[in-house]
Amino acid sequence: MNDMTLTERNVDIKDIKIAASNVQVHYGETHAIKDVNVSIEDKTVTAFIGPSGCGKSTFLRCLNRMNDTIQTCSVKGNILLDGEDIYDKRVDVVQLRAKVGMVFQKPNPFPKSIYDNVAYGPKIHGMARGKSELDEIVEKALRRAAIWEEVKDRLNAPGTGLSGGQQQRLCIARAVATEPEVLLMDEPCSALDPIATAQVEELIDELRQRFSVVIVTHSMQQAARVSQKTAFFHLGSLVEFGETGQIFTNPNDPRTESYITGRIG
Amino acid sequence: MKTSLDRHSGGSLLMQSTRTKRRNAAETRFKLYGIAAIAVSLLMLMVLLTTIVSKGLGAYQQTFITLQVELLEKKLDKKGNRNLTDIKKVSTFGYAPLIKASITETVEELGIVTGLKAKQMAGILSKGAAAQLRDYVIANPGRIGDTVQFRFLATSRVDGYLKGRVSRSSIENDKSIAPEHLDLVDSLIEAGLIEKTFNIDFIIGADASDQRPEAAGMGVSILGSLSMVLVVLALALPIGVGASIYLEEFAPKNWVTDVIEVNISNLAAVPSIVFGILGLAVFINYMHLPMSAPLVGGLVLTLMTLPTIIISTRAALSAVPPSIRDAALGVGASPMQTVFHHVLPLAAPGILTGTIIGLAQALGETAPLLLIGMVGFVASNAPDSIASGLLSPNSAMPAQIYEWAKRADPAFYERAWGGIILLLLFLVSMNLVAVILRRRFERRW
Ligand SMILES: Nc1ncnc2c1ncn2[C@@H]1O[C@H](COP(=O)(O)OP(=O)(O)OP(=O)(O)O)[C@@H](O)[C@H]1O
Ligand SMILES: [Mg+2]
Repeated sequence: MNDMTLTERNVDIKDIKIAASNVQVHYGETHAIKDVNVSIEDKTVTAFIGPSGCGKSTFLRCLNRMNDTIQTCSVKGNILLDGEDIYDKRVDVVQLRAKVGMVFQKPNPFPKSIYDNVAYGPKIHGMARGKSELDEIVEKALRRAAIWEEVKDRLNAPGTGLSGGQQQRLCIARAVATEPEVLLMDEPCSALDPIATAQVEELIDELRQRFSVVIVTHSMQQAARVSQKTAFFHLGSLVEFGETGQIFTNPNDPRTESYITGRIG
Repeated sequence: MKTSLDRHSGGSLLMQSTRTKRRNAAETRFKLYGIAAIAVSLLMLMVLLTTIVSKGLGAYQQTFITLQVELLEKKLDKKGNRNLTDIKKVSTFGYAPLIKASITETVEELGIVTGLKAKQMAGILSKGAAAQLRDYVIANPGRIGDTVQFRFLATSRVDGYLKGRVSRSSIENDKSIAPEHLDLVDSLIEAGLIEKTFNIDFIIGADASDQRPEAAGMGVSILGSLSMVLVVLALALPIGVGASIYLEEFAPKNWVTDVIEVNISNLAAVPSIVFGILGLAVFINYMHLPMSAPLVGGLVLTLMTLPTIIISTRAALSAVPPSIRDAALGVGASPMQTVFHHVLPLAAPGILTGTIIGLAQALGETAPLLLIGMVGFVASNAPDSIASGLLSPNSAMPAQIYEWAKRADPAFYERAWGGIILLLLFLVSMNLVAVILRRRFERRW
């Protein structure tokens, strides 16, 4: 891990965007998340790392209530977005998900045109007042996702006809088009080649100017490169959470150390 | 050579081991079984189709006799004032003598020698001939007094003679026709007055009484079937698709929905006659809807078709990848938007296929229709029978076919086969529509 020389990061005190406390998640009998407390700061990239099956995706999906779609899943505890409990009865998940966007592990563009893929979110949230405004939003989102140059001549071609990496960037464009405040990314680069990965990482760094980003990744290098905060999960518990630099150079917990040096996982 | 063989303990790749040989033989055998099975089913299909076509095509041709009839004024309009109410008072009995006279004259003119009396000679014409003449006169009272050329339907016996179904030996015990009649027919054929031509009335006409198989047609029952299918489409499609969407996308998975699911699957296997008796009990006896009406038939068939549509729609919905739902929910679409914008369009081809299969099933269903009396005898032809609508007695294609097959006269038997051809044509075209729609929806991506 020589390439993980960590550049100095300017770590200011930032607002807490999402505060999760005592989160417990059960899938029927399976206890998938055990008493997790974590604070996600605004305009920060937070990385979730940990061995497969430790509950990273599960916890991520709690943050925009995607777990609601799974019948057996029950979430206990408090998750506050800007101080408001997202599991409150009065919360409409549609509004929540407009604020907390998500990019999935497997690229899942709609079987519609590239344009419609990106325009769908802004359309249903009434973000554009006309065709030209919508065009602008679409172009901006595609540019941000570093895919505009590749698709600008075939916006009406089906999104499913793109390569895997292009599809993933299209999905990112779709997620940023709704201008979310938090962007959740579940292993967004697992289907991408190194060049596309680098582009997405650059994009994440850019998104940090405006959103807070939570990224699940299996690549320690990636976590070290893009994140300011890192959370290490193990068997459903949050083992360690702190500055990325500190986690990778000087972990407090022996389990974290063995994981990042490659002994668990 | 030897050394190279020794080096590979598994043996040469160029020689098959006994194990491989056995496995290959088994595979070849399996393929042969498959080919044999397909060949047998194709053969059966061929036999079925050739039988249907060979037995049924005859129904599309009918024997006609051309005669010159003098519309005598003193018989048809005694007062000579062309008053329609007076003309209508003359019943078909009043027209019979005109036909008799016409046929006697023709026979004399052609110099045909026959031992038959005038009245007997008219026996080669359909019993509906006088009515046909009367309808014409009432429609054109101005022609009274003229000599008009008519094409009359021949009786089913004469028709059968031209089609080879009836011969001199087969009518020995037949009271309605004698060998002399056939001699007369032969002479008239020579004179070019009897001919067998395509008969559109079989497709558009109404059913006829037991005595006149030559005049019976499928038209009215086609209309009955179509209106029933429309009722089924209008009810079963929205209800079935709505129920499936709710069950598949919204309903919680608990024991209640499990019970509903099991029941729907079982309903699909319930014999159709059960739906018939249910329709009889509920729609007719309890709700007092009219007997034999396409509306009731459509309701019964809707009940029968619903499980088919629900099952295929649910299959189509659950075949849509969950990642699409995640994607839509992830950008903040509501569950309903997710279903209507993303899931339903992807499931549409499957839903369509299921619906059309259900409709085809409904179109071909007979048993429940017999129970609610959908064998209504409608004697009026197309324009009047359409107007009678959904609530008046009507028939349906399969019920009509069953009705004909039941009747004694072999001429009806031929018509039953002919009706089957029509029914199959309808089913094939419905399936064709299903295939085309499927293609169109799928071609979008
Ligand atoms: N839909 C589900 N139903 C039941 N159990 C589930 C479901 N999804 C996840 N689990 C269980 O919850 C635990 C955590 O799974 P999760 O997908 O969050 O792991 P992960 O850390 O994302 O793993 P990976 O890195 O392989 O993606 C696992 O034990 C898994 O078996
Ligand atoms: Mg995961």
